[in-house]
Amino acid sequence: MRNASQVLYPGRGKGLVIFIILIALLPLVVTTQYIFTLLILLGIYSIITIGLSLLIGYAGQISIGHAAFYGIGAYMSAILTTKFEISAWFAILLGMGMTFLLAYFVGVRVLKLKGHILALATIAINIIVYTILNGWTAMTGGALGLGGIPKLNLLGIDLGNQLNFYYFVWTIVVFIIIFSSNIIRSNVGRILRSIHDSETGVTALGVQVSKYKVLIFAISATYASLAGSLYAHYIQFISPATFNVSFSILLLVMVMVGGVHSIWGAMIGTVAITFLNEGIRYVSHNYLHVSGEVEIIVYGFIIVVMMIFMPNGIVSLFDRFQKRKNEHESDSGLDLKPVDAKGGV
Amino acid sequence: MRHIMRTINRRPFQYWKRLQQGGWKMDLFMQYLITGLTIGSVYALLAVGFVTIYNVTGVLNLAQGEFAMLGALVSVTFVQVGLSIYISIPLAIVCVALIGFFVERLAINPVKGAKPGILIVITLGVSIFLKGVALLIWGTAPKSLPPLFENKPIQLLGAVVNTQSLWIFLILVIHLVALYWFFDKTFLGSALRASERNAHAASLMGINVKNMSAIAFSIAAALGALAGAMIAPLTDATYDMGFFIGIKGFVAMVFGGMHSIQGAVAGGLLLGMIEAFSGGYVSTYYTDAIAFGFLLFVLFIRPQGLFTKADGTRV
Repeated sequence: MRNASQVLYPGRGKGLVIFIILIALLPLVVTTQYIFTLLILLGIYSIITIGLSLLIGYAGQISIGHAAFYGIGAYMSAILTTKFEISAWFAILLGMGMTFLLAYFVGVRVLKLKGHILALATIAINIIVYTILNGWTAMTGGALGLGGIPKLNLLGIDLGNQLNFYYFVWTIVVFIIIFSSNIIRSNVGRILRSIHDSETGVTALGVQVSKYKVLIFAISATYASLAGSLYAHYIQFISPATFNVSFSILLLVMVMVGGVHSIWGAMIGTVAITFLNEGIRYVSHNYLHVSGEVEIIVYGFIIVVMMIFMPNGIVSLFDRFQKRKNEHESDSGLDLKPVDAKGGV
Repeated sequence: MRHIMRTINRRPFQYWKRLQQGGWKMDLFMQYLITGLTIGSVYALLAVGFVTIYNVTGVLNLAQGEFAMLGALVSVTFVQVGLSIYISIPLAIVCVALIGFFVERLAINPVKGAKPGILIVITLGVSIFLKGVALLIWGTAPKSLPPLFENKPIQLLGAVVNTQSLWIFLILVIHLVALYWFFDKTFLGSALRASERNAHAASLMGINVKNMSAIAFSIAAALGALAGAMIAPLTDATYDMGFFIGIKGFVAMVFGGMHSIQGAVAGGLLLGMIEAFSGGYVSTYYTDAIAFGFLLFVLFIRPQGLFTKADGTRV
């Protein structure tokens, strides 16, 4: 007899172990510097997309503005370390704390909006932050950007080393995954799912919906801020162009293409979209000899086709496989199907 | 990754400089007012397209700005081929309306009734795709479109007015009248409005709601193309001008309360004025921050729009 939580939530232990082994072994296989850099960036992006998956997939609230929080994190780290010479770790925490508060207070008002209007409001947040990053030249360096951000150093381990930084970033990702899946498995997670399914219904049951929505918004913003700080310390140079609405759109596309109702979906989407972009670019530049960003034709096309034929994302393929397996096993144990939150917002 | 981030890049707003050339010594207020109304009219045209699509199909078409970009660039091509501008622009509008039709048939129709998140991503995908096509055809260099009439700027109450601005106003007014006539007096317009009010009842009355959706997209695309062709002589046309103009159209529509064409027009003009006056009196750096800050302010206090009566949502 399986207990209820096992039925409600598919096991995460096996997936996590495979994931950790994969991460640990990848550097042995990957020799190209270019791919290795991509892998580190993938880790950084995954931190944001996991947060977005909590927000979009579980709470059902859309955001096209997370690049703003990513930018706030990056600039907090950059400004505090270069201009005020505060310890990098303290700067990261300060950035996260500030982003959390900011997102919380903005979220209280913004998350009253729904659907398309919410999307627009988050775009507005992103544009405002972007404009300030561009315009406040005294602090942010304006469009020229900020350079000379120090590398991180953890208890004597030099994180300026690519390999060390790679393991560092992905360890954080693992912690984020565990933390996020704990949220999902808690009563908060169940409330979020029910908000996704019927906000009115949950309100009628006496749950103060706005509190949870705002909380998850602030948490996902904090993830983005953390990712921004890591990015700043890794690349050591930031400029506002990185934190434009287009990056928010990219993040949204990653989450939606991967499969919005699962943390793994967010990661699969991040990997898929990143490698898709790089792949198309590589092929079109080296074999077809087209210059410029013509690859966005293919990219746009694939997004549309994916959303039409696979609205629940790439991860739904795995789900289908899982479901078939479960049907075979359903003779034993509780006769309950695993809860399968419907994807999309 | 940078290259993708750049793809949906905003064009810096060069409108001001172009429009205000020589105007600084004149009456500034009038100058800003006229600038605001000119840009506002372009936003208004886009916002009307948004309203048409949103109300008939429930889709928020984030590719609306790309229609404006296509309208401008296709017009440029026709002019380069040697056609007169008076033929080029209508031809371009027809072409873009056809593109709008195919966009609806191929990308929107197959996912009827999907959740907003999926629809948003699809229209974003269409937007990126169209931009890529434009890049392939026209390249990155800005293209200029000759104005409708080669007149010298005229003076009006101390402000220097580019004649193109006057044409933009005039065309906006003509279109409002035409749209009013279309939606209120023609069968097709009534059918569109009917499918907006109640799609099921409309289909029982023999209206093909599916076709209405495609027609709404074509109309919106045509309006977008017109807006693009109007703004092109003032700002030049590039493949990446679309997204930001589109977002501005969306903002205008939200100011107007999502459902009314008059509201969308008022919202567009209001947005244009906010940009012009904040650019003039505060700082051109922060124009966008002020415009979008005002949007958030509006959404917080009157999410139903500035120009509408209160309405409830059914559960």
